Amino acid sequence: MPYISLEAHLPGITGLLEYRKDTAAPIRSLTQVLLRGPSTLSEGERELIATIVSYGNECKFCTAAHTAAADTLLGESNTSQRMKENIVSAPVSEKMKALLEIAALVRQNGKNVTDEAIQKAKKEGATDIEIHDTVLIAALFCLYNRYVDGLATVTPPQPEFYQALADRLVKHGYNRLPQGYDHLKKTATEVK
Amino acid sequence: MAHINLPDLPGIRGPMAFSPATAKPLNELAEMLLRNDNNSLSRGERELIGAYVSSLNDCFFCQNVHGALAGHYLNCGIPEIDAIKKDYASTDISDKMKSLLSIAASVQKGGKYVKKEQIEAAKKLGASDKEIHDTVLIAAAFCMFNRYVDGLATWAPEDRNYYVNRAPQRAEEGYIDFDLYK
Repeated sequence: MPYISLEAHLPGITGLLEYRKDTAAPIRSLTQVLLRGPSTLSEGERELIATIVSYGNECKFCTAAHTAAADTLLGESNTSQRMKENIVSAPVSEKMKALLEIAALVRQNGKNVTDEAIQKAKKEGATDIEIHDTVLIAALFCLYNRYVDGLATVTPPQPEFYQALADRLVKHGYNRLPQGYDHLKKTATEVK
Repeated sequence: MAHINLPDLPGIRGPMAFSPATAKPLNELAEMLLRNDNNSLSRGERELIGAYVSSLNDCFFCQNVHGALAGHYLNCGIPEIDAIKKDYASTDISDKMKSLLSIAASVQKGGKYVKKEQIEAAKKLGASDKEIHDTVLIAAAFCMFNRYVDGLATWAPEDRNYYVNRAPQRAEEGYIDFDLYK
């Protein structure tokens, strides 16, 4: 049970974002800019960064949600699975491996990002903007993971829940749905 | 030297000037969480949570900026703020505030470290759902800000009075209507 009173049909992050819409608005727009805005990193690559950080922070809700989003964008689930097992042997570019390593270091603490990790990324062709965005995406998911778990929000066990969430994130991005989330009430009852 | 080529500004102002599109929502979040007056936690109390979490994350720039702002709002100086950061339990802040700082410290370690007993203790001391929510979100937000500042290896003025001297102006201008270059 969540530590504060949240709407029962909105598990995980959504209930929190609906609980306090005024703080949710900048969090949503920051995420939209970082994960869906113009970038030389693909949306799938950026979702992989979100996934590796959430996985490292052991946030089950965010890991499942962003794994599903990455898989949907990439059209397969092999990459995210193998990345979670081992970044070095994951089927991604060398540049992407270097960025994922930076994200994993940011997750521990900003100070843990070494010159070597940065030099490796630059050598593999990462631009300053790509490194900046990687660091900020990783930092943002350190916020999300703590927000979701720190208030003990509900983590649905059904994989279908995360696929539906991922479809929403792929189709609509991270901005609040114009019609809100009342239409999910029916789905939540059905899933139960 | 910073890890990437940033405008030569201290702390978070370098990456913010480098990336205005992300700076805007970051500053809007700080304004709503820390400075908006529609909140039963005072600005000083909220800045204190930010300073405390930043000290646990060992982020020199953030803990000094927000420690100085907390001191400005709470009418105290660096020694009092340092004492709270070092061992809040032995200071004379309210028991409710102590229970919120305990929650913030757990959030800093990881969301799962926040225990039901800590929440119950805070509620018993009068903390509302919204105050608990805001404490968790402020702590989580500083886990982001601190990583942004240190993850890019930004530089920070070493003289702690630099932050104290700037605090009144920062408090007045807030997080949205200020010039990153001043």
